[in-house]
Amino acid sequence: MDFGPHLLLALIEGAVLAAVLALMASGLSLVFGVMRVVNVAHGEFFMLGAVGSWIVAHQLGGGAGVWFAALVAVPLAVGALAAAADMTILKRLDYDPERTIVATIGLLYIIQQVTLMTYGPEARPVAAPWDMRIALPFVERGEAGWQFYYPWGLSTTAWKLIVLVASAVVIVALRLFMTRTRAGLVMRATQLDGEMATAMGIPVERVYAAVFGLGAALAALAGVLIVPIQQAHYLMGGDALLLSFIVVIIGGLGSLAGTIVAAVLIGLSDGIISVFFSPTLAKILATLLVALVLVFRPQGLFGTRAR
Amino acid sequence: MTRSLAVHAGLLALLLALNWLLPAYHQGNLARVMTLAIYAIGYNIAFGYTGLLSLGHAMFFAAGMYGAALPMRLADLAIGPSFALGLLAGAALALVVGLLALRTAGVAFMIVTLMFSQAFYLTILLLGTWTRGDEGFVIPAIDRQIAGLDLTAADTRYLVAWALFSAALLISLRLVHRPLGRSFVAIRENEERARLLGYDTGRLKLWSLVISATISAASGAAYATLFGYAGASFAGVQYSIFPLLWVLLGGAGTVLGPFIGTLFMFYLIDLSSGITEAYMLIAGVVLVLLTLFAPGGIAGEIRNRLWRALP
Repeated sequence: MDFGPHLLLALIEGAVLAAVLALMASGLSLVFGVMRVVNVAHGEFFMLGAVGSWIVAHQLGGGAGVWFAALVAVPLAVGALAAAADMTILKRLDYDPERTIVATIGLLYIIQQVTLMTYGPEARPVAAPWDMRIALPFVERGEAGWQFYYPWGLSTTAWKLIVLVASAVVIVALRLFMTRTRAGLVMRATQLDGEMATAMGIPVERVYAAVFGLGAALAALAGVLIVPIQQAHYLMGGDALLLSFIVVIIGGLGSLAGTIVAAVLIGLSDGIISVFFSPTLAKILATLLVALVLVFRPQGLFGTRAR
Repeated sequence: MTRSLAVHAGLLALLLALNWLLPAYHQGNLARVMTLAIYAIGYNIAFGYTGLLSLGHAMFFAAGMYGAALPMRLADLAIGPSFALGLLAGAALALVVGLLALRTAGVAFMIVTLMFSQAFYLTILLLGTWTRGDEGFVIPAIDRQIAGLDLTAADTRYLVAWALFSAALLISLRLVHRPLGRSFVAIRENEERARLLGYDTGRLKLWSLVISATISAASGAAYATLFGYAGASFAGVQYSIFPLLWVLLGGAGTVLGPFIGTLFMFYLIDLSSGITEAYMLIAGVVLVLLTLFAPGGIAGEIRNRLWRALP
């Protein structure tokens, strides 16, 4: 393949990563924005989504219907689990930022290790409900001017396109939910001033539980979407967590729009870098860059300074 | 002061006597616990006394470990200078990281230290030609001799671990009674007020981090030389979480807490790994229970209920 088609391939890989990251990171960002706590167990909810999807597919067999069932049921179940964890653990800590991080580190190990004990250490694939390859055209200057041709190896699966569309739909829906519905209004009010929200009769603790559940459900949804591309494994949450941290920090903690922009930026650049350069070196540079962003521009590249 | 000195001297005497009393298996375990407890003591100075919750101390531990092990492996340096190089590597890294990371506080500080530590871990993997990455490398027994002492022998190893642990414990005990240690506590309790009283809190926090990292690096260097192995897994996230766990369990901001926590956790994991391979589950459960019910840890609860003057 020439450089051009290769780049297009890298861009598609990057876009898929960006889509999944955007879902995960908006969950993390939502939780941080409203509750002002960092959920270190977020990557494990992503892993639970992938593993849950495998369990559903394994129990009920493949097919589009089952897959839709998993897409709805698994995030709901994971969200309920997270809300329960919020009510039993985080609520008792009064959402103290540092103690919450320590507690969610504990939660991370509990979820990960229970998965290891029950689901096992194997990485397991889930077949995509629609298995189809699509060859992509590319332009080339031939004898008769510019013309389309299909370079060998330049193709993608239908699944990757579905992931892109599904993520876009969910993110638009999330945006509408936050801006147009009463529940979204309540969440935003709690984000602005929790004490005042309590005074206005908003059950803040229930809002927190719902937000924590919603954030986890978004991560689980990303897990369900990714599992036909990347196998379900009990340790898959770690890298995902680190990447979503990076996205949320670059985008500005708690800013949803910034998170989406950063996810696209990080996803695309990661896709391109890992196709053309050593992935370890790329990771080192990205990690250092993020640390320095946090040191010198704590509001993120796109965020505004906190009031 | 005299009573607390008696308690700590008593513990050290007991640990010394155990060398001749314990069966071989537990003697080896306790040598390991004491070596790792040095790490916990170092972590406790930043976290327990100064209130700097770092999630990246594994980089200091690993800096000590590789700072000591690499010169021995690549340059055939003797064990003494290598150990010193390990300490130096930890201190230098802490100085650089501290100057950057201490510009942030609270949650941002936790994430920044986590990121720096992750970058350090990945760098070790990247330099796999020399560090052998995840697989790690063994330091040959012939190199692990110092002043006629053979560090591969169980008895010598125990006694050297005991000596290093005693030094760390006494340094920590001395530090918290000194003005420097007192000012660390002042920062933990109320940084604004400490600054208002005229303390240069930025410089003091940097000092605290460097001291903490140097002691952590000493633990890493001791681990490499005593047990003859250096591997990238010691730089991973898990080894940043462990000292937090040990210190929280034993009691943050107490001199004895780090040792108690390391001892308990080591045996808890040792016992549970006999039953299941998912031994980190225990660590997770203990972390959650501690934050919920006993934020002071074991020594902290003793201090609250029995003996208020416990240092």
